[in-house]
Amino acid sequence: MSLLEIREARKSFGALCVTDNVTLEVREREIHALIGPNGAGKSCLIGQITGELPLDAGEIRFDGDRVDRLPVHARAQLGLKRAYQVPQFFSSFSAGGNVALAQIARERTGWTVWRKAGTERTLPFLRQVGLEAVGERPSASLGHGEKRQLELAMAFAGEPKLLLLDEPLAGLGPGDSERMVELLRSMKGRYAMLLVEHDMGAVFTLADRISVLLAGRIIASGTAVEIRANPEVRAAYLGDGTDA
Amino acid sequence: MRTRLVIVVVLLAAACLVPLLGQPYYTKLAVRMAIFALAAMSLDLIVGYAGLVSFGHAAFFGLGCYAAGVLPMVGVQNVPVVFAVAAFAAALIGLVTGAISLRASGLYFIFITLAFAQMVFYVAQGMRPLSGDDGFRLPAPTMLGKLPLTNPNVLLYLMIGILALAAWVSYRLTRSNFGQVVRAARDNPMKLAAIGLPAYPYRLALYTYACALAGIAGAAYANLTEFIAPNTMSWVVSGELLFMVILGTAGMLFGAIIGAVVFVGLEQILSSYTEYWLFPLGVILVLRVLLLKR
Repeated sequence: MSLLEIREARKSFGALCVTDNVTLEVREREIHALIGPNGAGKSCLIGQITGELPLDAGEIRFDGDRVDRLPVHARAQLGLKRAYQVPQFFSSFSAGGNVALAQIARERTGWTVWRKAGTERTLPFLRQVGLEAVGERPSASLGHGEKRQLELAMAFAGEPKLLLLDEPLAGLGPGDSERMVELLRSMKGRYAMLLVEHDMGAVFTLADRISVLLAGRIIASGTAVEIRANPEVRAAYLGDGTDA
Repeated sequence: MRTRLVIVVVLLAAACLVPLLGQPYYTKLAVRMAIFALAAMSLDLIVGYAGLVSFGHAAFFGLGCYAAGVLPMVGVQNVPVVFAVAAFAAALIGLVTGAISLRASGLYFIFITLAFAQMVFYVAQGMRPLSGDDGFRLPAPTMLGKLPLTNPNVLLYLMIGILALAAWVSYRLTRSNFGQVVRAARDNPMKLAAIGLPAYPYRLALYTYACALAGIAGAAYANLTEFIAPNTMSWVVSGELLFMVILGTAGMLFGAIIGAVVFVGLEQILSSYTEYWLFPLGVILVLRVLLLKR
């Protein structure tokens, strides 16, 4: 059963075609990795799925419905939640306050104008990512790895159906990296994930299926074994086993 | 925050005692402070909490003035109705112009709010039946029961009450889910959309509410000066309101109240020494911004 279906998506900036006839399917509860060299258009594709970048042509279906004309917030309300390559959060709020905002969004209680907003119910999500000790800290003062964890906690609190993860390991040290992979693995099966990542070790550990993007086109899609064996992918991206 | 709250409570209590001096001059000065405190606080909601610099807030203040000036002509004088109409008129124009200006942000928002305020200003200037640019005397005071608001003592106590109520409601608003969403939109509107909340309707609601408060301040101002003229809507007044917000630190309501009190006080003191009183005031603002970041 497919959760996200992208069909013949196109996007170009002037003469530069960043998404060239992309067709991609993410199934329910799978981790689908999107790999490809820098500049292949991976982040752009994520932006088109969330709605931050409009499509020139093609269609995107989520949970059976067309979403490619919906604004960003409406797609998020349907369960498309994103973590950015550079962690994005609300810097004047505490870590817990950030998670509370995700809960306000999910529960649609933004128009509650009188009762004081609280962070009492954010603890389970902070604990889930290992930030339970720093819930009170200003989010801007968190370390880089902690900011990534915070963004995930916000995504979890938003009860996603599909998590779009744009290089969740970028900039993390070896220890943080391992913890992040472990965290994502522990979430496997709870949400579907579309994972953009350069760390091939992590990709092959986590992903059920992999798609390879090269110059805006999907050149291969399949299981880890199939992708590893695909000569076109090896030539274009994986090299001769040095990276994998 | 706490110290500022204490200062504001002390200021309000002190203001209650001013009429005991028996000097209408001081009472009127205190009224002026309370009126601009309300207007500056409402602007701080937009500047400090929504993070959008409006350079046209005087338009809504002026609309309130005109409401209080025009309503007696049709026999409406009692406070609840006049103030409600002033608030509603300002809110309505705020809703319409805000719906357009909030499509922009940053520098463009400053320009659009200024442009709308100038439009309102020129409309008032062109209204022949209301003497256009010359303005007109308040035909009859707004009445609190049998008490006219042109009596500074009456107006002072009424404004202290309204200011305290508005500060309390606004404070609650900023601490609620709604207030958190508006502040989050200031921090990172892209992320706000990504978690499923659009910034626009929340900003517009806050903007409309802030305009209503400015309208109420304006209605009171008409009773203080007993004169209504387009210059209450001019960009100079918008700039002065911004001055007060910055003077008292944006983003903490009580700060704007203190900023307004200090501004109006300094204006009185400095203008008694020199007609170039804006110059030292400008120096003070520069020092304030450079020396005290928060």
